[in-house]
Amino acid sequence: MDFSILTDNFGLYLEGFKNTIIASVIALVSSFFLGVIVAVMRISPVKVLNWLGTGYVEFFRNIPVLIITFFFYFGLASIGIELDGLKAGTTALSIYTSAFIAEAIRAGIMSVPKGQMEAARSSGLSYNQSMRLIILPQAIKIVIPSLGNQFINLVKNSSILGVVAGLDLMYQADLISARAFVTFDVYLFVAMFYLVLTIPLSLGVHYLEKRLARSH
Amino acid sequence: MDFAGAYSAGHLKFLLKGFGVTLEVAIISIILSFIIGGAIATVRYSRITFISSLLAVIVETIRNLPLLLIIFFTYFALPEIGLKMPITAAAITALTLFESAMLAEIIRGGLNSIDKGQIEAARSSGLNFIQTLRYIILPQALRRMVPPIVSQFISLLKDTSLAVVIALPELTHNAQIIYGQKNSYVIPMLIMLALMYFIVNFGLSQIARRLELKRV
Repeated sequence: MDFSILTDNFGLYLEGFKNTIIASVIALVSSFFLGVIVAVMRISPVKVLNWLGTGYVEFFRNIPVLIITFFFYFGLASIGIELDGLKAGTTALSIYTSAFIAEAIRAGIMSVPKGQMEAARSSGLSYNQSMRLIILPQAIKIVIPSLGNQFINLVKNSSILGVVAGLDLMYQADLISARAFVTFDVYLFVAMFYLVLTIPLSLGVHYLEKRLARSH
Repeated sequence: MDFAGAYSAGHLKFLLKGFGVTLEVAIISIILSFIIGGAIATVRYSRITFISSLLAVIVETIRNLPLLLIIFFTYFALPEIGLKMPITAAAITALTLFESAMLAEIIRGGLNSIDKGQIEAARSSGLNFIQTLRYIILPQALRRMVPPIVSQFISLLKDTSLAVVIALPELTHNAQIIYGQKNSYVIPMLIMLALMYFIVNFGLSQIARRLELKRV
C-alpha cells in the first residue's frame, strides 16, 4: 500500500469525510423527525392519516434510495429546480431512512403496554398529550439501538452522493484516483475512512442491544 | 413532462429487458451468497477457533462498508492487481461478496436461535456433529430464516440499481438511457422506475410477512 496517496491527498480525503458525516447526521436528524410523524400517523385512529402513513412507509421502503436521489437531482432539474448533489442526496437519504425509522418507532410504540395510554387518558390528558408526554418517550428509548443501526446504514448509503457529485468520500475518491492514476490504493483508504465511522458505531449498537436485552 | 412519449411501447420493452438483467443478477447473487454465507455461518457456529475469528473479522469488515464502494472496487480497482472481469461478472462478484456477509449473519442468527439443549440431546443420542446439524438444527433453523432471507433479497433487488456506476445494463441503467434523450422524459421515467421496483418488492414483502405469520 502506498501511503503517499493518503498523505498527498489528505485534504481531499478529509473534505470528503467531513461531507459524509455532515450528510449522514443531517439525514439522521431529519429522518428521525419525519419518522416520528409517520409512525404516529400509522397508529392514529384517523383512517386517512393511517392510510397516508402506511402508503408512505411501504412506497419508500420498497424502492432503491438511488431512484429517490435521481428524482431530487435529475428529476427536479428537468423542471427547472436545481439542487446541488449534497442537498439532493441528503434529502433523498432523509426520506428513504424515515420510512425505516417510522417502522422502528411504530414497533416501539406498540411495545408500550396499553395500560399506559388508558392511565394517561383517565388522568385527563388528551390523546395528543398522552402520545407526546407518555407513549413516545418510552417508545423512543426502546428503539435507540435500531436507530443506531439506521445511522450505520445512513453512513453507508451516503456513498450514493458520489453518483450525483455530492462532494462526499466517494466523490473525492474519484477526483483523487483521476489525479494519481491509481484506483486500488485510493479506494482502500476510502474504505478505512468508512470503517473508522461504522465499526465503532456497530460496536456501540451491539452494546446497547445487549444492555436492552438484559434490562427486560 | 411527456408521459405518452416516455411510456412508448419500445421504451417499456427496453425497461423490461433491463428488469430481466436486474432479476438475473439478483437471483444468481442470492444463490451464491446463500451457499457462501451458509458455509461461513456453519464454520462460525461450530467455533473452529482460528478460522472462526478470522471469518468474523472479514464478515464485519464487509458488512460495515458501503456496497457502492465494493462494486466500484471490484470493477475499477481489482484490474490493477490483475483481476479483470466483464461488467456482469464484476456486478455479481461484488453483490455476492456483500450479501454473503449479510446472509452469514442471518443464518448464524437462525442457528443460534435453536435451543442448545437440542444439540446436547442429539449428541447424547449418538449423532455426530454433522448429523446433529443436518437432521436436528438445520431443518428448524431454515424455517426461521426464510422471512429475513426474503427481506434480504428485497434489499438485494434494490441494491442492484447501484451497478449503474459500472454501466450494468439493468433496469435503472436502461431508464437512464431513455431519459437521457429528452428532458421531458426524466420525471415520467423515474416514476415508472419507482413503480416497477415497488410492485415486485412490495409483493415479495407481503410473501415474507405471510411466512412470518404462519410461523407464529
